[in-house]
Amino acid sequence: MASGVAVSIDIRAKRFDGATGLLFEGLRLDVAEGEVLALVGPSGVGKSTLLRMIAGIDTTFDGVISVFGKPASEGGPPGFVFQDPRLLPWLSAVANIRAVSPATTMDEAVALLSEMGLSGFEAALPGSLSGGMQRRVALARALAVEPRLLLLDEPFVSIDRKLVRELHDVISRIAEKRRPTMILVSHDPEDAARLADRVILLQGRPARIDSETYLDTPRDVRDPAKILDIVAQLGPKPVSGG
Amino acid sequence: MGQQRGDRSFWIEAASLPLLLLVWQACAMMVAHRLFPAPIAVFQELWFLATERYLFADLGETLRRAAIAFVAAMTIGVAIGGALGRFRALDRLFASWILIGLNIPAIVVAIACYIWLGLSEFALILAVTINKTPLVAVTMREGVRALDTGFSELARAYRVSFWRRLRLIVVPQLMPFVLTAARTGLSLIWKIVLVFEVLGSDGGVGFRIGVYFQNFDITGILAYTLSFMAVVIAFEYLVMRPLEQRILGWRQV
Repeated sequence: MASGVAVSIDIRAKRFDGATGLLFEGLRLDVAEGEVLALVGPSGVGKSTLLRMIAGIDTTFDGVISVFGKPASEGGPPGFVFQDPRLLPWLSAVANIRAVSPATTMDEAVALLSEMGLSGFEAALPGSLSGGMQRRVALARALAVEPRLLLLDEPFVSIDRKLVRELHDVISRIAEKRRPTMILVSHDPEDAARLADRVILLQGRPARIDSETYLDTPRDVRDPAKILDIVAQLGPKPVSGG
Repeated sequence: MGQQRGDRSFWIEAASLPLLLLVWQACAMMVAHRLFPAPIAVFQELWFLATERYLFADLGETLRRAAIAFVAAMTIGVAIGGALGRFRALDRLFASWILIGLNIPAIVVAIACYIWLGLSEFALILAVTINKTPLVAVTMREGVRALDTGFSELARAYRVSFWRRLRLIVVPQLMPFVLTAARTGLSLIWKIVLVFEVLGSDGGVGFRIGVYFQNFDITGILAYTLSFMAVVIAFEYLVMRPLEQRILGWRQV
Protein backbone atom coordinates (compact mmCIF):
# COMPACT_ATOMS: atom_id res chain seq x y z
CA MET A 1 0.00 0.00 0.00
CA ALA A 2 1.29 3.42 -0.89
CA SER A 3 2.11 5.74 2.02
CA GLY A 4 -0.79 7.99 2.98
CA VAL A 5 -3.44 5.71 1.51
CA ALA A 6 -6.21 4.93 3.99
CA VAL A 7 -8.43 2.76 1.82
CA SER A 8 -7.36 0.81 -1.21
CA ILE A 9 -10.07 -0.78 -3.31
CA ASP A 10 -9.41 -3.34 -6.02
CA ILE A 11 -12.59 -5.23 -6.85
CA ARG A 12 -12.27 -7.71 -9.69
CA ALA A 13 -15.91 -8.78 -9.51
CA LYS A 14 -18.89 -8.34 -7.24
CA ARG A 15 -22.15 -10.00 -8.12
CA PHE A 16 -25.60 -8.80 -7.16
CA ASP A 17 -26.99 -10.58 -4.14
CA GLY A 18 -29.71 -12.95 -5.30
CA ALA A 19 -29.62 -11.73 -8.90
CA THR A 20 -27.59 -12.27 -12.03
CA GLY A 21 -25.11 -9.75 -13.33
CA LEU A 22 -22.18 -7.85 -11.93
CA LEU A 23 -22.48 -4.87 -9.63
CA PHE A 24 -18.77 -4.02 -9.86
CA GLU A 25 -16.09 -5.23 -12.25
CA GLY A 26 -12.50 -4.00 -12.25
CA LEU A 27 -13.18 -1.14 -9.86
CA ARG A 28 -10.02 0.47 -8.49
CA LEU A 29 -9.93 3.39 -6.09
CA ASP A 30 -7.65 4.78 -3.39
CA VAL A 31 -8.70 7.12 -0.61
CA ALA A 32 -6.02 9.22 1.04
CA GLU A 33 -5.63 9.51 4.80
CA GLY A 34 -7.70 12.40 6.14
CA GLU A 35 -9.55 12.81 2.84
CA VAL A 36 -13.31 13.29 2.69
CA LEU A 37 -14.48 11.34 -0.34
CA ALA A 38 -18.06 11.48 -1.53
CA LEU A 39 -19.54 8.72 -3.63
CA VAL A 40 -22.54 9.91 -5.57
CA GLY A 41 -24.66 8.28 -8.20
CA PRO A 42 -28.17 7.08 -8.89
CA SER A 43 -30.03 4.66 -6.64
CA GLY A 44 -29.06 1.06 -7.18
CA VAL A 45 -25.62 1.78 -8.60
CA GLY A 46 -23.94 0.08 -5.62
CA LYS A 47 -22.74 2.98 -3.43
CA SER A 48 -24.05 1.54 -0.18
CA THR A 49 -22.86 -1.95 -1.10
CA LEU A 50 -19.37 -0.55 -1.70
CA LEU A 51 -19.47 1.09 1.73
CA ARG A 52 -20.53 -2.19 3.35
CA MET A 53 -17.64 -3.92 1.59
CA ILE A 54 -15.21 -1.29 2.91
CA ALA A 55 -16.64 -1.78 6.41
CA GLY A 56 -16.01 -5.52 6.17
CA ILE A 57 -19.71 -6.35 6.46
CA ASP A 58 -19.96 -7.71 2.92
CA THR A 59 -17.09 -10.02 2.04
CA THR A 60 -18.69 -11.82 -0.90
CA PHE A 61 -16.60 -10.42 -3.73
CA ASP A 62 -13.54 -11.22 -5.74
CA GLY A 63 -10.79 -8.75 -5.03
CA VAL A 64 -9.10 -6.93 -2.19
CA ILE A 65 -10.12 -3.99 -0.07
CA SER A 66 -7.48 -2.79 2.39
CA VAL A 67 -8.12 -0.37 5.19
CA PHE A 68 -4.93 1.08 6.65
CA GLY A 69 -3.00 -1.86 5.24
CA LYS A 70 -5.24 -4.63 6.55
CA PRO A 71 -8.06 -6.55 4.84
CA ALA A 72 -11.30 -4.66 5.41
CA SER A 73 -12.90 -7.29 7.63
CA GLU A 74 -9.85 -7.77 9.85
CA GLY A 75 -8.90 -4.27 10.97
CA GLY A 76 -10.37 -2.23 13.79
CA PRO A 77 -13.92 -1.01 13.47
CA PRO A 78 -14.67 1.97 11.30
CA GLY A 79 -17.22 4.49 12.45
CA PHE A 80 -20.31 3.61 10.46
CA VAL A 81 -23.40 5.78 10.18
CA PHE A 82 -26.19 3.86 8.45
CA GLN A 83 -29.01 5.26 6.36
CA ASP A 84 -31.37 4.80 9.30
CA PRO A 85 -29.94 5.72 12.70
CA ARG A 86 -30.09 2.05 13.69
CA LEU A 87 -30.12 2.77 17.42
CA LEU A 88 -31.00 -0.09 19.74
CA PRO A 89 -34.44 1.04 20.97
CA TRP A 90 -34.11 -0.66 24.36
CA LEU A 91 -30.94 1.23 25.28
CA SER A 92 -30.52 4.87 26.27
CA ALA A 93 -28.55 7.24 24.06
CA VAL A 94 -25.44 6.84 26.17
CA ALA A 95 -25.85 3.05 26.36
CA ASN A 96 -26.19 2.91 22.58
CA ILE A 97 -22.79 4.52 22.28
CA ARG A 98 -21.19 2.18 24.79
CA ALA A 99 -22.87 -0.88 23.29
CA VAL A 100 -20.58 -0.80 20.25
CA SER A 101 -17.63 0.68 22.08
CA PRO A 102 -17.16 -0.92 25.51
CA ALA A 103 -13.86 0.91 25.98
CA THR A 104 -15.69 4.23 25.96
CA THR A 105 -16.27 5.44 29.51
CA MET A 106 -19.54 6.95 30.63
CA ASP A 107 -17.92 10.40 30.81
CA GLU A 108 -16.57 10.07 27.28
CA ALA A 109 -19.95 9.00 25.95
CA VAL A 110 -21.63 11.94 27.69
CA ALA A 111 -19.00 14.27 26.22
CA LEU A 112 -19.65 12.91 22.72
CA LEU A 113 -23.37 13.53 23.10
CA SER A 114 -22.60 17.02 24.32
CA GLU A 115 -20.42 17.59 21.24
CA MET A 116 -23.45 16.64 19.16
CA GLY A 117 -25.61 19.14 21.04
CA LEU A 118 -27.43 16.48 23.02
CA SER A 119 -26.59 17.40 26.60
CA GLY A 120 -29.39 16.34 28.90
CA PHE A 121 -30.50 13.51 26.61
CA GLU A 122 -28.04 10.91 27.86
CA ALA A 123 -30.71 8.72 29.46
CA ALA A 124 -33.29 9.21 26.71
CA LEU A 125 -34.48 6.17 24.81
CA PRO A 126 -34.27 6.48 21.00
CA GLY A 127 -38.05 6.35 20.70
CA SER A 128 -38.33 9.60 22.62
CA LEU A 129 -35.84 11.45 20.38
CA SER A 130 -36.60 13.24 17.12
CA GLY A 131 -35.21 11.88 13.86
CA GLY A 132 -32.47 14.50 13.81
CA MET A 133 -31.44 13.76 17.38
CA GLN A 134 -31.31 10.05 16.63
CA ARG A 135 -28.96 10.72 13.73
CA ARG A 136 -26.71 12.78 15.97
CA VAL A 137 -26.63 9.92 18.51
CA ALA A 138 -25.65 7.63 15.63
CA LEU A 139 -22.84 10.04 14.73
CA ALA A 140 -21.69 10.16 18.36
CA ARG A 141 -21.69 6.37 18.40
CA ALA A 142 -19.57 6.30 15.26
CA LEU A 143 -17.06 8.69 16.84
CA ALA A 144 -16.90 6.66 20.07
CA VAL A 145 -14.69 4.02 18.47
CA GLU A 146 -12.22 6.83 17.66
CA PRO A 147 -12.31 5.82 14.01
CA ARG A 148 -9.53 6.54 11.59
CA LEU A 149 -12.14 5.78 8.94
CA LEU A 150 -15.66 7.17 9.13
CA LEU A 151 -18.26 5.75 6.74
CA LEU A 152 -21.48 7.66 6.19
CA ASP A 153 -24.21 5.90 4.25
CA GLU A 154 -26.83 8.41 3.09
CA PRO A 155 -26.95 10.11 6.49
CA PHE A 156 -29.24 12.86 5.20
CA VAL A 157 -31.92 10.77 3.56
CA SER A 158 -35.56 11.44 4.54
CA ILE A 159 -34.87 14.49 6.67
CA ASP A 160 -35.78 18.12 6.07
CA ARG A 161 -33.29 20.60 4.59
CA LYS A 162 -32.88 22.55 7.83
CA LEU A 163 -31.78 19.42 9.62
CA VAL A 164 -29.56 18.47 6.68
CA ARG A 165 -27.74 21.83 7.04
CA GLU A 166 -27.30 21.20 10.78
CA LEU A 167 -25.83 17.79 10.10
CA HIS A 168 -23.59 19.24 7.37
CA ASP A 169 -22.17 21.57 10.02
CA VAL A 170 -21.69 18.71 12.49
CA ILE A 171 -19.86 16.60 9.89
CA SER A 172 -17.76 19.56 8.73
CA ARG A 173 -16.68 20.11 12.36
CA ILE A 174 -15.78 16.43 12.69
CA ALA A 175 -13.74 16.61 9.47
CA GLU A 176 -11.85 19.72 10.64
CA LYS A 177 -11.36 18.78 14.28
CA ARG A 178 -10.79 15.03 14.23
CA ARG A 179 -9.60 14.63 10.65
CA PRO A 180 -10.65 11.03 10.08
CA THR A 181 -10.71 9.64 6.57
CA MET A 182 -14.35 9.91 5.58
CA ILE A 183 -16.34 8.24 2.84
CA LEU A 184 -19.76 9.71 2.34
CA VAL A 185 -22.37 8.02 0.20
CA SER A 186 -25.17 10.21 -1.04
CA HIS A 187 -27.62 10.31 -3.88
CA ASP A 188 -27.71 14.08 -3.52
CA PRO A 189 -24.69 15.83 -5.13
CA GLU A 190 -25.28 18.91 -2.96
CA ASP A 191 -24.23 16.97 0.16
CA ALA A 192 -21.07 15.94 -1.63
CA ALA A 193 -20.33 19.44 -2.94
CA ARG A 194 -20.66 20.93 0.55
CA LEU A 195 -18.66 18.34 2.48
CA ALA A 196 -16.19 16.46 0.29
CA ASP A 197 -12.61 17.03 -0.81
CA ARG A 198 -13.23 14.78 -3.79
CA VAL A 199 -16.46 13.62 -5.39
CA ILE A 200 -16.70 10.44 -7.40
CA LEU A 201 -19.71 9.79 -9.56
CA LEU A 202 -20.53 6.12 -10.05
CA GLN A 203 -22.60 5.19 -13.08
CA GLY A 204 -23.68 2.16 -15.08
CA ARG A 205 -23.81 -1.59 -14.61
CA PRO A 206 -21.32 -2.83 -13.64
CA ALA A 207 -20.70 0.46 -11.88
CA ARG A 208 -17.70 2.44 -13.07
CA ILE A 209 -16.17 5.77 -12.07
CA ASP A 210 -17.86 8.21 -14.39
CA SER A 211 -16.23 11.39 -13.11
CA GLU A 212 -13.91 12.57 -10.39
CA THR A 213 -14.04 16.15 -9.08
CA TYR A 214 -11.63 17.74 -6.61
CA LEU A 215 -12.98 20.52 -4.39
CA ASP A 216 -10.06 22.56 -3.13
CA THR A 217 -11.91 25.39 -1.44
CA PRO A 218 -12.26 25.04 2.35
CA ARG A 219 -15.76 23.92 3.29
CA ASP A 220 -16.61 26.98 5.34
CA VAL A 221 -15.88 29.44 2.51
CA ARG A 222 -17.40 27.53 -0.36
CA ASP A 223 -19.46 29.73 -2.59
CA PRO A 224 -23.08 28.54 -2.76
CA ALA A 225 -23.21 29.49 -6.47
CA LYS A 226 -20.15 27.35 -7.15
CA ILE A 227 -21.69 24.51 -5.19
CA LEU A 228 -24.74 24.70 -7.39
CA ASP A 229 -22.50 24.58 -10.49
CA ILE A 230 -20.81 21.48 -9.17
CA VAL A 231 -24.16 19.98 -8.29
CA ALA A 232 -25.32 20.57 -11.85
CA GLN A 233 -22.19 18.91 -13.22
CA LEU A 234 -22.58 15.92 -10.91
CA GLY A 235 -26.28 15.45 -11.42
CA PRO A 236 -26.83 11.69 -11.53
CA LYS A 237 -27.85 10.12 -14.79
CA PRO A 238 -30.01 7.00 -15.12
CA VAL A 239 -28.21 3.72 -14.59
CA SER A 240 -27.38 2.29 -18.00
CA GLY A 241 -27.34 -1.34 -18.99
CA GLY A 242 -28.57 -4.45 -17.08
CA MET B 1 -61.63 15.02 30.70
CA GLY B 2 -58.97 12.34 30.19
CA GLN B 3 -58.65 11.96 33.98
CA GLN B 4 -62.41 11.45 34.32
CA ARG B 5 -62.37 8.82 31.58
CA GLY B 6 -59.46 7.07 33.31
CA ASP B 7 -61.30 7.08 36.65
CA ARG B 8 -64.40 5.65 35.01
CA SER B 9 -62.40 2.89 33.31
CA PHE B 10 -60.82 1.99 36.64
CA TRP B 11 -64.18 1.68 38.39
CA ILE B 12 -65.69 -0.31 35.54
CA GLU B 13 -62.78 -2.76 35.70
CA ALA B 14 -62.97 -2.88 39.50
CA ALA B 15 -66.68 -3.71 39.33
CA SER B 16 -66.11 -6.68 37.03
CA LEU B 17 -65.38 -9.40 39.61
CA PRO B 18 -68.04 -8.30 42.14
CA LEU B 19 -70.53 -8.34 39.25
CA LEU B 20 -69.52 -11.93 38.43
CA LEU B 21 -70.05 -12.90 42.08
CA LEU B 22 -73.47 -11.26 42.05
CA VAL B 23 -74.47 -13.15 38.90
CA TRP B 24 -73.21 -16.38 40.44
CA GLN B 25 -75.16 -15.69 43.64
CA ALA B 26 -78.32 -14.93 41.68
CA CYS B 27 -77.98 -18.12 39.62
CA ALA B 28 -77.37 -20.18 42.77
CA MET B 29 -80.48 -18.72 44.37
CA MET B 30 -82.56 -19.50 41.29
CA VAL B 31 -81.27 -23.08 40.93
CA ALA B 32 -81.30 -23.67 44.69
CA HIS B 33 -79.61 -27.09 44.56
CA ARG B 34 -76.70 -28.53 46.53
CA LEU B 35 -74.81 -29.13 43.26
CA PHE B 36 -74.86 -25.38 42.52
CA PRO B 37 -73.46 -23.78 45.67
CA ALA B 38 -73.58 -20.04 46.24
CA PRO B 39 -70.31 -18.10 46.41
CA ILE B 40 -70.70 -17.58 50.15
CA ALA B 41 -70.79 -21.35 50.71
CA VAL B 42 -67.74 -21.80 48.51
CA PHE B 43 -65.78 -19.12 50.38
CA GLN B 44 -66.74 -20.74 53.69
CA GLU B 45 -65.49 -24.08 52.38
CA LEU B 46 -62.32 -22.35 51.16
CA TRP B 47 -61.68 -20.96 54.64
CA PHE B 48 -62.28 -24.39 56.18
CA LEU B 49 -59.94 -26.11 53.72
CA ALA B 50 -57.26 -23.50 54.29
CA THR B 51 -57.41 -23.62 58.06
CA GLU B 52 -58.39 -27.22 58.80
CA ARG B 53 -57.32 -29.28 55.75
CA TYR B 54 -54.63 -29.53 53.07
CA LEU B 55 -55.29 -26.58 50.80
CA PHE B 56 -51.89 -24.92 51.15
CA ALA B 57 -49.99 -28.20 50.98
CA ASP B 58 -51.87 -29.15 47.81
CA LEU B 59 -51.34 -25.73 46.26
CA GLY B 60 -47.64 -25.89 47.09
CA GLU B 61 -47.27 -29.31 45.52
CA THR B 62 -49.05 -28.32 42.31
CA LEU B 63 -47.11 -25.08 42.02
CA ARG B 64 -43.82 -26.90 42.57
CA ARG B 65 -44.63 -29.34 39.75
CA ALA B 66 -45.75 -26.52 37.48
CA ALA B 67 -42.61 -24.53 38.22
CA ILE B 68 -40.24 -27.42 37.49
CA ALA B 69 -42.08 -28.29 34.26
CA PHE B 70 -42.16 -24.62 33.26
CA VAL B 71 -38.43 -24.11 33.75
CA ALA B 72 -37.61 -27.36 31.94
CA ALA B 73 -39.94 -26.60 29.02
CA MET B 74 -38.70 -23.03 28.66
CA THR B 75 -35.06 -24.07 28.76
CA ILE B 76 -35.43 -26.90 26.25
CA GLY B 77 -37.92 -25.00 24.07
CA VAL B 78 -35.75 -21.88 23.86
CA ALA B 79 -32.73 -23.99 22.86
CA ILE B 80 -34.65 -25.98 20.25
CA GLY B 81 -36.51 -22.95 18.89
CA GLY B 82 -33.28 -20.95 18.69
CA ALA B 83 -31.57 -23.73 16.72
CA LEU B 84 -34.55 -24.16 14.37
CA GLY B 85 -34.78 -20.44 13.75
CA ARG B 86 -31.06 -20.12 13.13
CA PHE B 87 -30.47 -23.18 10.94
CA ARG B 88 -32.90 -23.65 8.08
CA ALA B 89 -31.82 -27.26 7.45
CA LEU B 90 -32.57 -28.23 11.05
CA ASP B 91 -35.96 -26.57 10.79
CA ARG B 92 -36.76 -28.54 7.64
CA LEU B 93 -35.64 -31.76 9.31
CA PHE B 94 -37.58 -31.30 12.53
CA ALA B 95 -40.56 -29.16 11.47
CA SER B 96 -42.85 -32.18 11.29
CA TRP B 97 -41.68 -33.37 14.73
CA ILE B 98 -42.70 -30.01 16.16
CA LEU B 99 -46.04 -30.22 14.35
CA ILE B 100 -46.67 -33.64 15.89
CA GLY B 101 -45.62 -32.32 19.29
CA LEU B 102 -48.02 -29.43 19.00
CA ASN B 103 -50.97 -31.57 18.03
CA ILE B 104 -50.57 -34.76 20.02
CA PRO B 105 -53.30 -34.81 22.70
CA ALA B 106 -51.89 -33.92 26.11
CA ILE B 107 -53.77 -36.79 27.73
CA VAL B 108 -52.05 -39.31 25.43
CA VAL B 109 -48.63 -38.03 26.46
CA ALA B 110 -49.60 -38.25 30.13
CA ILE B 111 -50.96 -41.79 29.83
CA ALA B 112 -47.90 -42.94 27.86
CA CYS B 113 -45.56 -41.45 30.45
CA TYR B 114 -47.48 -43.05 33.31
CA ILE B 115 -47.48 -46.44 31.58
CA TRP B 116 -43.78 -46.33 30.70
CA LEU B 117 -42.47 -44.69 33.87
CA GLY B 118 -45.11 -45.56 36.44
CA LEU B 119 -47.32 -43.20 38.43
CA SER B 120 -44.40 -41.10 39.55
CA GLU B 121 -43.60 -37.46 40.09
CA PHE B 122 -41.02 -37.65 37.32
CA ALA B 123 -43.54 -39.05 34.82
CA LEU B 124 -46.00 -36.27 35.60
CA ILE B 125 -43.44 -33.48 35.21
CA LEU B 126 -42.00 -35.08 32.08
CA ALA B 127 -45.47 -35.30 30.52
CA VAL B 128 -46.16 -31.63 31.23
CA THR B 129 -42.75 -30.65 29.87
CA ILE B 130 -43.26 -32.67 26.67
CA ASN B 131 -46.62 -30.99 26.13
CA LYS B 132 -45.32 -27.50 26.63
CA THR B 133 -41.92 -27.61 24.89
CA PRO B 134 -43.13 -27.53 21.23
CA LEU B 135 -45.14 -24.38 21.90
CA VAL B 136 -42.07 -22.62 23.32
CA ALA B 137 -39.91 -23.89 20.46
CA VAL B 138 -42.29 -22.57 17.80
CA THR B 139 -42.52 -19.15 19.45
CA MET B 140 -38.74 -18.91 19.80
CA ARG B 141 -38.20 -20.06 16.23
CA GLU B 142 -40.32 -17.14 15.05
CA GLY B 143 -38.39 -14.83 17.36
CA VAL B 144 -35.04 -15.87 15.92
CA ARG B 145 -36.37 -15.53 12.38
CA ALA B 146 -37.57 -12.02 13.20
CA LEU B 147 -34.15 -10.84 14.40
CA ASP B 148 -33.33 -7.53 12.75
CA THR B 149 -30.58 -8.03 10.17
CA GLY B 150 -29.81 -4.32 10.42
CA PHE B 151 -28.67 -4.77 14.00
CA SER B 152 -26.56 -7.76 12.93
CA GLU B 153 -24.88 -5.50 10.37
CA LEU B 154 -24.33 -2.89 13.03
CA ALA B 155 -22.64 -5.47 15.26
CA ARG B 156 -20.47 -6.71 12.41
CA ALA B 157 -19.44 -3.22 11.36
CA TYR B 158 -18.39 -2.34 14.90
CA ARG B 159 -16.80 -5.75 15.56
CA VAL B 160 -18.98 -6.31 18.61
CA SER B 161 -17.92 -9.50 20.42
CA PHE B 162 -20.17 -12.56 20.37
CA TRP B 163 -21.23 -12.40 24.01
CA ARG B 164 -21.79 -8.65 23.91
CA ARG B 165 -23.85 -9.07 20.75
CA LEU B 166 -25.87 -11.81 22.42
CA ARG B 167 -26.47 -9.78 25.59
CA LEU B 168 -27.12 -6.34 24.14
CA ILE B 169 -28.54 -7.02 20.69
CA VAL B 170 -29.96 -10.53 20.33
CA VAL B 171 -31.52 -11.27 23.74
CA PRO B 172 -33.44 -7.97 23.99
CA GLN B 173 -34.98 -8.67 20.58
CA LEU B 174 -36.00 -12.15 21.70
CA MET B 175 -37.47 -11.08 25.04
CA PRO B 176 -40.97 -10.29 23.68
CA PHE B 177 -41.06 -13.82 22.27
CA VAL B 178 -39.72 -15.33 25.49
CA LEU B 179 -42.40 -13.52 27.47
CA THR B 180 -45.11 -14.60 25.03
CA ALA B 181 -43.89 -18.19 25.31
CA ALA B 182 -43.82 -17.89 29.10
CA ARG B 183 -47.31 -16.43 29.28
CA THR B 184 -48.96 -18.93 26.93
CA GLY B 185 -46.91 -21.70 28.48
CA LEU B 186 -47.99 -20.87 31.99
CA SER B 187 -51.65 -20.79 31.04
CA LEU B 188 -51.21 -24.22 29.44
CA ILE B 189 -49.18 -25.69 32.29
CA TRP B 190 -51.60 -24.50 35.01
CA LYS B 191 -54.32 -26.46 33.24
CA ILE B 192 -52.56 -29.65 32.27
CA VAL B 193 -50.77 -30.14 35.58
CA LEU B 194 -54.19 -30.36 37.23
CA VAL B 195 -55.46 -32.85 34.65
CA PHE B 196 -52.36 -35.04 35.02
CA GLU B 197 -52.67 -34.89 38.81
CA VAL B 198 -56.21 -36.21 38.50
CA LEU B 199 -54.90 -39.07 36.37
CA GLY B 200 -52.10 -40.17 38.63
CA SER B 201 -50.70 -38.49 41.72
CA ASP B 202 -51.07 -38.64 45.47
CA GLY B 203 -51.41 -34.95 46.20
CA GLY B 204 -51.90 -31.55 44.64
CA VAL B 205 -54.88 -29.50 43.56
CA GLY B 206 -55.75 -31.85 40.67
CA PHE B 207 -55.57 -34.91 42.90
CA ARG B 208 -57.86 -33.27 45.48
CA ILE B 209 -60.34 -32.16 42.79
CA GLY B 210 -60.39 -35.79 41.57
CA VAL B 211 -61.27 -36.97 45.07
CA TYR B 212 -64.04 -34.37 45.39
CA PHE B 213 -65.34 -35.42 41.97
CA GLN B 214 -65.70 -39.01 43.17
CA ASN B 215 -67.78 -37.67 46.09
CA PHE B 216 -69.76 -35.23 43.90
CA ASP B 217 -68.56 -32.46 46.21
CA ILE B 218 -68.92 -29.45 43.93
CA THR B 219 -68.36 -26.99 46.78
CA GLY B 220 -64.91 -28.44 47.44
CA ILE B 221 -64.12 -28.49 43.73
CA LEU B 222 -65.05 -24.81 43.36
CA ALA B 223 -63.15 -23.88 46.52
CA TYR B 224 -59.98 -25.48 45.19
CA THR B 225 -60.56 -23.92 41.77
CA LEU B 226 -60.96 -20.47 43.30
CA SER B 227 -57.81 -20.81 45.36
CA PHE B 228 -55.84 -21.92 42.32
CA MET B 229 -57.23 -19.09 40.21
CA ALA B 230 -56.26 -16.64 42.94
CA VAL B 231 -52.68 -17.91 42.74
CA VAL B 232 -52.64 -17.63 38.95
CA ILE B 233 -54.05 -14.10 38.99
CA ALA B 234 -51.62 -13.06 41.75
CA PHE B 235 -48.77 -14.47 39.67
CA GLU B 236 -49.97 -12.49 36.66
CA TYR B 237 -50.19 -9.19 38.54
CA LEU B 238 -47.25 -9.58 40.92
CA VAL B 239 -44.74 -11.32 38.65
CA MET B 240 -45.60 -11.33 34.95
CA ARG B 241 -46.81 -7.74 34.51
CA PRO B 242 -44.01 -6.07 36.50
CA LEU B 243 -41.52 -8.29 34.67
CA GLU B 244 -43.02 -7.35 31.33
CA GLN B 245 -42.97 -3.67 32.26
CA ARG B 246 -39.34 -3.91 33.32
CA ILE B 247 -38.17 -5.79 30.24
CA LEU B 248 -40.39 -4.31 27.56
CA GLY B 249 -41.04 -0.85 29.02
CA TRP B 250 -38.99 0.70 26.20
CA ARG B 251 -41.69 -0.30 23.70
CA GLN B 252 -44.09 2.22 25.25
CA VAL B 253 -41.70 5.12 24.53
